[in-house]
Amino acid sequence: MSSEKNKVLLEAINESLGTETQQIVEKYGELTLEINRDKILSVMRVLKEADQFLFTQLTDISVVDYLTYGQADWQTHKASSQGFSRAVNQSATMDTSASERRFAVVYQLLSVTYNVRLRVKVYLESDLPRLKTVSEIWPVADWYERESFDLFGILFEDHPDLRRLLTDYGFIGHPFRKDFPLEGYVEVRYDPEKGRVVNEPVSIEPRTLVPRVIRQDDWVHSSKPLSEQTDA
Amino acid sequence: MPDIRNMTMNFGPQHPAAHGVLRLVLEMDGEVIERADPHIGLLHRGTEKLAENKPYNQSIGYMDRLDYVSMMCNEHAYVLAIEKLIGIKPPVRAQYIRVMFDEITRILNHLMWLGAHGLDIGAMTVFLYCFREREDLMDCYEAVSGTRMHATYYRPGGVYRDLPEIMPQYQPSKWRSAKDVNALNENRSGTLLDFIDDFVKRFPACVDEYETLLTDNRIWKQRTVDIGIVSPERALALGFTGPMLRGSGIAWDLRKKQPYEVYNELEFDIPVGVTGDCYDRYLVRIEEMRQSAKIIKQCVDWLKVNPGPVILDDPKLVAPDRSSMKGDMESLIHHFKLFTEGYCVPEGEVYSAIEHPKGEFGIYLVSDGANKPYRVKARAAGFAHLAAMNEMVKGHMLSDVVAVIGTMDIVFGEIDR
Repeated sequence: MSSEKNKVLLEAINESLGTETQQIVEKYGELTLEINRDKILSVMRVLKEADQFLFTQLTDISVVDYLTYGQADWQTHKASSQGFSRAVNQSATMDTSASERRFAVVYQLLSVTYNVRLRVKVYLESDLPRLKTVSEIWPVADWYERESFDLFGILFEDHPDLRRLLTDYGFIGHPFRKDFPLEGYVEVRYDPEKGRVVNEPVSIEPRTLVPRVIRQDDWVHSSKPLSEQTDA
Repeated sequence: MPDIRNMTMNFGPQHPAAHGVLRLVLEMDGEVIERADPHIGLLHRGTEKLAENKPYNQSIGYMDRLDYVSMMCNEHAYVLAIEKLIGIKPPVRAQYIRVMFDEITRILNHLMWLGAHGLDIGAMTVFLYCFREREDLMDCYEAVSGTRMHATYYRPGGVYRDLPEIMPQYQPSKWRSAKDVNALNENRSGTLLDFIDDFVKRFPACVDEYETLLTDNRIWKQRTVDIGIVSPERALALGFTGPMLRGSGIAWDLRKKQPYEVYNELEFDIPVGVTGDCYDRYLVRIEEMRQSAKIIKQCVDWLKVNPGPVILDDPKLVAPDRSSMKGDMESLIHHFKLFTEGYCVPEGEVYSAIEHPKGEFGIYLVSDGANKPYRVKARAAGFAHLAAMNEMVKGHMLSDVVAVIGTMDIVFGEIDR
């Protein structure tokens, strides 16, 4: 996508939504607009209906859990004498205390008229994250919000039918949160004696084959999170 | 007055026309659908969570398994996202190879769709015809990557290896005489490009055959014309993309509108429908197959005369070749680092979308600078289409549900992820 289109869009946003936005970032040729959770409905409605935007398509809603953002399993310089697997300690780095900006709900918008994309981000707190539904504006949001509720536990207020979508009937927990273990809590098998399917505590051992490493020297990049960067 | 109540009916998850594991709870008034509630997730494997726990390159194989009938297109969106974050572009030859295999994949996908859609609503023969051509395309996959389906062929920075100089040949056996084998091997005597060239020459006649079977077929038209009509405005609001959107008359194709790789140098047309019913979407996909063959032909012609590298020469990103590893210490170290740790990707977030055979397939990738993605979200075209199921089948008969499932081109690998 050309940067001129982004420039036009940026001006239009500054003009008509300047007071509503928290910040706008342009990076990798993509515009990210961050808004406050109270403004979601009013901003989204303008973005869809105003003549200078016409974001008639909501391409995607995804959620990011920033709980372990920027944390490496393996402190390379300290741990190399200890060897590979002993240095991996996932739980030690996890801070589950309440945070104001733990979750981000990310909307990808597409304007077919102007052939331009926009990403809208809303940050939510870690305890009972809740947000107004946009399914009134784009009907496709219905299922995307059900998925976000299922996998991350984001509560969408006024959603017509907020049921689980992808996980099993009777599933407990929100599996895509960073504090949910990869191997899960329960496993399912058929019990020939009872003659039915039973749930049991999981028997797989967690195992990290390749530790998570952050290296600054491979490519030049800033250490600050994207939300704090302002190169727009 | 007898007490008349609506009947609730369960469809699937093991129904042959459910294209996998779709469970539909249908509320019916006689034979008319009042409400359809799709239950999905029976194929949910947590691909996105798994990808967060693996170095970047190890997840390419997972992408094949998302939409398992258009494998390389999924990989394409994923490697494009990584390339965008790192800020690299593959060599031109690799871009042409990718475009060529994207279009081969598109034909593969549409053949599978056409065969299954036909089978669902009573046209048995077309399935056999489609699978005849799919076989040849699967052989192209095999020649280039070693596997017939889950190729893992695209890499950040290019493709895994250059196109092979020879095609695998049939061998004589108890069941096939040497004479039969010679006839089968006739178009396999040259390179892979010669084989593909031969394929695109005979493919338009094959599409004519499918059309002879279906396009003017009275039963086919009775089952598809005016079924599942979606207006253009509604199609946009429901998040439709790809043939589902074009069937409603909106000329939107990412290959034209937001061209990636070398699509802006190739010549092709975008077919659009008029009424937005199942029959129009069928016509759109049929024409797309013809256009894909046209694109493949242009790629073959370019690739035949333009040799060159197919992957970047960047030891921090791409594994060194075998021979240099044997004689060069530096290469050995790079190889070791790449396969035990992978490469770190700069911090940031990108969304990269491609025109997948089913619609817009996008990867939203968040990196915090580590060797594993922080978050990968696959935007699957089929997900939005299936979400509109209730709206599309309301007021139709039970047998039309099957036609609507078919026209959506549903594959559960990408919907459940």
